[in-house]
Amino acid sequence: MTATALAPPPRVGRLVDQFELGLDAPICLTWELTYACNLACLHCLSSSGRRDPDELDTEDAKALIREFERMQIFYVNIGGGEPTVRPDFWELLDYAVEHHVGVKFSTNGFRITKERAEKLAATDYIDVQISLDGATAEVNDAVRGQGTYDAAMKALANLQAAGMTDFKISVVCTRHNIDQLDEFKAIADSYGAQLRLTRLRPSGRGADVWDELHPLPHQQRQLYDWLVLNGEKVLTGDSFFHLAAYGDPLPGLNLCGAGRVVCLVDPVGDVYACPFAIHDRFKAGNIRDLGFDHVWKHAPLFEELRSPQTGGACAKCSAYDSCRGGCMAAKFFTGLPLDGPDPECVKGNAEEALASLDRGQLPGSSQDHSHTGTVRNAPVGLTLGATRTRPTSACDESPVAGMV
Amino acid sequence: MLAGDDWRLSPSVSLRPEPFGALVYDFSTRRLSFLKTLRLLDVVRRLDGATEVEAAMRAAGVDDVEWQGYLSALDELAATGVLCKEAS
Repeated sequence: MTATALAPPPRVGRLVDQFELGLDAPICLTWELTYACNLACLHCLSSSGRRDPDELDTEDAKALIREFERMQIFYVNIGGGEPTVRPDFWELLDYAVEHHVGVKFSTNGFRITKERAEKLAATDYIDVQISLDGATAEVNDAVRGQGTYDAAMKALANLQAAGMTDFKISVVCTRHNIDQLDEFKAIADSYGAQLRLTRLRPSGRGADVWDELHPLPHQQRQLYDWLVLNGEKVLTGDSFFHLAAYGDPLPGLNLCGAGRVVCLVDPVGDVYACPFAIHDRFKAGNIRDLGFDHVWKHAPLFEELRSPQTGGACAKCSAYDSCRGGCMAAKFFTGLPLDGPDPECVKGNAEEALASLDRGQLPGSSQDHSHTGTVRNAPVGLTLGATRTRPTSACDESPVAGMV
Repeated sequence: MLAGDDWRLSPSVSLRPEPFGALVYDFSTRRLSFLKTLRLLDVVRRLDGATEVEAAMRAAGVDDVEWQGYLSALDELAATGVLCKEAS
């Protein structure tokens, strides 16, 4: 998130310590509008593809927006799935703005036409984030699907032409794009956009490709050095706090905000501790039962997350104060204990535990909305890992994929 | 240093009180920041475009030891556009 702390007047504790105890409402709320998606990205953290028949309808969604307004949640991050495939997407966007809830939405860009871009540019309340996981079509399309690089570039050009400023290009850092960080920055600069880098998580289908895609140890160092050098000019959604153990903290809050300052509302109204933790273990409740405000304030899971953490095996590590043990979701989905080191611990403290894991015992997903048939814009780098969405024959790949 | 009686919260800014102070969100810049104490929140709320900065700080109970720290914080709020001058 974009956040700055003001010069501290005397007698103030660290904000991080305050945040770990939780807030009256989340600072950063992600709302996934639908599990439906026109793509089938290999690393989709919500295993999206097909719409769930139980998704919130337009009236449910509007009631939730009004609740956000009452709770003074200033803005929400809308995602999916691909949120723009919902027929009422633009209606909900207008409704949120009318109710003083700003929206930043993530999209693959396929539906960001010239006309839409002009409407988006006309209000301060809306921000757009285009997903791009390679600075070249070759690297991007291997993960996100054939034609997705071109679609993203077209959306960026439309936004720029419409006069939109400071929209985001959102990159999930992988083994194959760490060498492209300068190129991503150049792309962002050329469109007047802001670059946002986030961490690959072993969540959803990300678990299937984690071993092939997560950055290697020397690449983590490369990423850290790049972030230190480029500092405030690049957004990170606070996702690399596990790298703070290299030395200096990175810009941002450097804490796991799950259930404390962050949460996720999924398409059927289930509330999870964070966007990377869509699993029954991290489900706090459903907005249809008690309302979002009640779930946020009183869910036993959230109360547990807001209670003082011991740090477990990490507490004796000299870097614990910097990295706080890393990402809860990354640990969980790789089968590691939650009070131990992150699978990508830069001190190498997770290596032994990872080596002795029984891979058959990984928690897996508790929901899966992946496409079961073929997808027009399927990932093209089939050597990257098995995908449930690969075309069964060459003929299943549309010859016009990416042309529209 | 911030002074005068015409400072107020910018129209595009909202405050959300929290146990530690407040969240500050500027809808025009989409920038989030924090007021790190309840007293700073109190000062900011007293700046209504008609109250002297010094009077607002005194009324909120800012003491001499904390005075400069609070003035710096208010300066930063003005520099980032959270506070603006009335009718300017």
